[in-house]
Amino acid sequence: MRIADLVRFNWQVFQRHRTRAGLMLLAVGIGVASVILLTSLGEGARRYVDGQFSSLGSNLLIIFPGKNETAGAGPPIYGTSPRDLTIDDARAISRLPGARKIAPVIAGTATVAYGNKSRDVITLGTNAAFLAVRNIAIGEGKTLPDNALEQASAVCILGRKAKQELFGNRRAIGEWVRLSDRRMRVIGVIEEAGHSLGVDMADLTLIPVRTAEQLFNTQALFRVLIEQSASADSDKLQKRIESLIRQRHEGEDDITLVTQDSVLQSFNNILGTLTLAIGAIGAIGLLVAGVLIMNISLINVSQRRHEIGLLKAIGANAGQVRNIFLGEAIMLINLGSLTGIAFALALIALFRHLWPVFPLAPPLWAIPAAVAIALLSGLLFAWWPALKASRLDPVLAMRGQM
Amino acid sequence: MATIIEFAGINKTYQVGDQPLRALNNVTLNINEGEYISVMGPSGSGKSTLLNMIGLLDRPDSGSYQLNGTATESLSEEKRAALRRENIGFIFQSFHLINRLTAFENIELPLVLAGVAAKNRRQRVEDSLELVGLTDRMHHRPNQLSGGQLQRVAIARALLMRPKILLADEPTGNLDQASGKDIVAALETLNQEGITLLVVTHDRDLGQRATRRIRMVDGRIDTDTSG
Repeated sequence: MRIADLVRFNWQVFQRHRTRAGLMLLAVGIGVASVILLTSLGEGARRYVDGQFSSLGSNLLIIFPGKNETAGAGPPIYGTSPRDLTIDDARAISRLPGARKIAPVIAGTATVAYGNKSRDVITLGTNAAFLAVRNIAIGEGKTLPDNALEQASAVCILGRKAKQELFGNRRAIGEWVRLSDRRMRVIGVIEEAGHSLGVDMADLTLIPVRTAEQLFNTQALFRVLIEQSASADSDKLQKRIESLIRQRHEGEDDITLVTQDSVLQSFNNILGTLTLAIGAIGAIGLLVAGVLIMNISLINVSQRRHEIGLLKAIGANAGQVRNIFLGEAIMLINLGSLTGIAFALALIALFRHLWPVFPLAPPLWAIPAAVAIALLSGLLFAWWPALKASRLDPVLAMRGQM
Repeated sequence: MATIIEFAGINKTYQVGDQPLRALNNVTLNINEGEYISVMGPSGSGKSTLLNMIGLLDRPDSGSYQLNGTATESLSEEKRAALRRENIGFIFQSFHLINRLTAFENIELPLVLAGVAAKNRRQRVEDSLELVGLTDRMHHRPNQLSGGQLQRVAIARALLMRPKILLADEPTGNLDQASGKDIVAALETLNQEGITLLVVTHDRDLGQRATRRIRMVDGRIDTDTSG
């Protein structure tokens, strides 16, 4: 039997049993669409994180104080170290070739007050390079002073939200606020920036790093951000930094270096695995569709037993009868897959139109994988009914006995 | 005339409930090409089993069957299907047409199953339709045709592969008198043109028309009269 004839033969069956064919189509379509949509969510999350990282600027190197010897991968957020990483360490690093911008950070929380209003904010002591490295723009006023690494000047930059809470629509630049127990002049306001890596940029106060030393009474840096020059060899720079710190810390290797690439890689791995996992959950829908196909195929075989008997009487062998019924399942699955793909892509397009911030998109492998799983599950479950049809005794089948 | 069907010591037993039923009991039968044979006998005497056995739809428990010179007992299922397709045309009491297909599509099925391309099928199907006088009805579906027309479509289908043997199981059983006569005449014309015709029937008048009349009782050939 030729493929074209097989397709036409089964197409005539679908036309005769529109409801049945439609239901199977729907089941497969929903299964395929759910795999595509779920994996798109995972892939979208991955792309979102990717985008967030690339907004950090490339060539970013982060130094954490302390070394976690047992850790395999990923940055330890707080290391324990007998020696602090200090501003002087950071200044020494900034003199290394290949380190273009360097931003030491001291972090803490402080209460910022103006008049009778006050607010607890995350306060970062740093320098102008921090704003450049993290792509934070100043909306009004100016950035941190150039001498932030040397002098504890009493100035601060407010996040948009803190400014709004304290000053409302009044001008904040030039006003004096109280940060913990110190009076500081507001020199700038951060532009509306949203979140960056989990830190709400609108609710942040930036002060010179020397000022933060005094305010929090510590010399210990929370971390140091380094932007490498574009031509720098990252491995070489890391080695230089490590040997420099070893010298300065009496031979102790007590810092952890993390590159943006390695962090991004970890995120990609985690989200890639997550995407696979939720894709597998979606594939359960295809298994359910497979069971439905089996169920309906069994009914199909028993309804058409006269026809099966006849086909055998006019020369069909068992293999041909099996292929007719398997072919029917394959055709339905292909049509259902197409429906599901079209539906999923339409939904994704609609989603992207409504929420352009989240880059929802199916991973490259999702569509072929969904169709392959649909075919596999369909064939698996259609096999037995098809085999049953092929083994029907033609004489009994034509008499209408099973 | 050459022997086309050669049965030697064919046995077939069915299990009906817990009672074994000997549908064919040591049947030996030779049929020559071009014969016109009727098989009669009471219900359960093994007539239908004999027909199915000849048509390779059933396998004997023991005995040998040569069809057109080919020993059939050891053939694979595929080979039996092919041999059936090439040599045997079936006609059934209840026509067994597929309702969703037109007369044309029903008739072409054996060629479709044989893997013949559509452009090579058309002429042969039209020839078959012409033979049974239904050229003007070829695009009708079974529910638009009368009983006699349905059986003629079935005959056209049976003749499509130009088989040597035509097996008819109660071909007039579901037809009125006039249509029945019509069908019998068509079948006898085919026989006169050389086809081997074997008719299983309860109808005594129809049975008497055959040139060789076999009467079966309890799975055995009771009488076998010619002339």
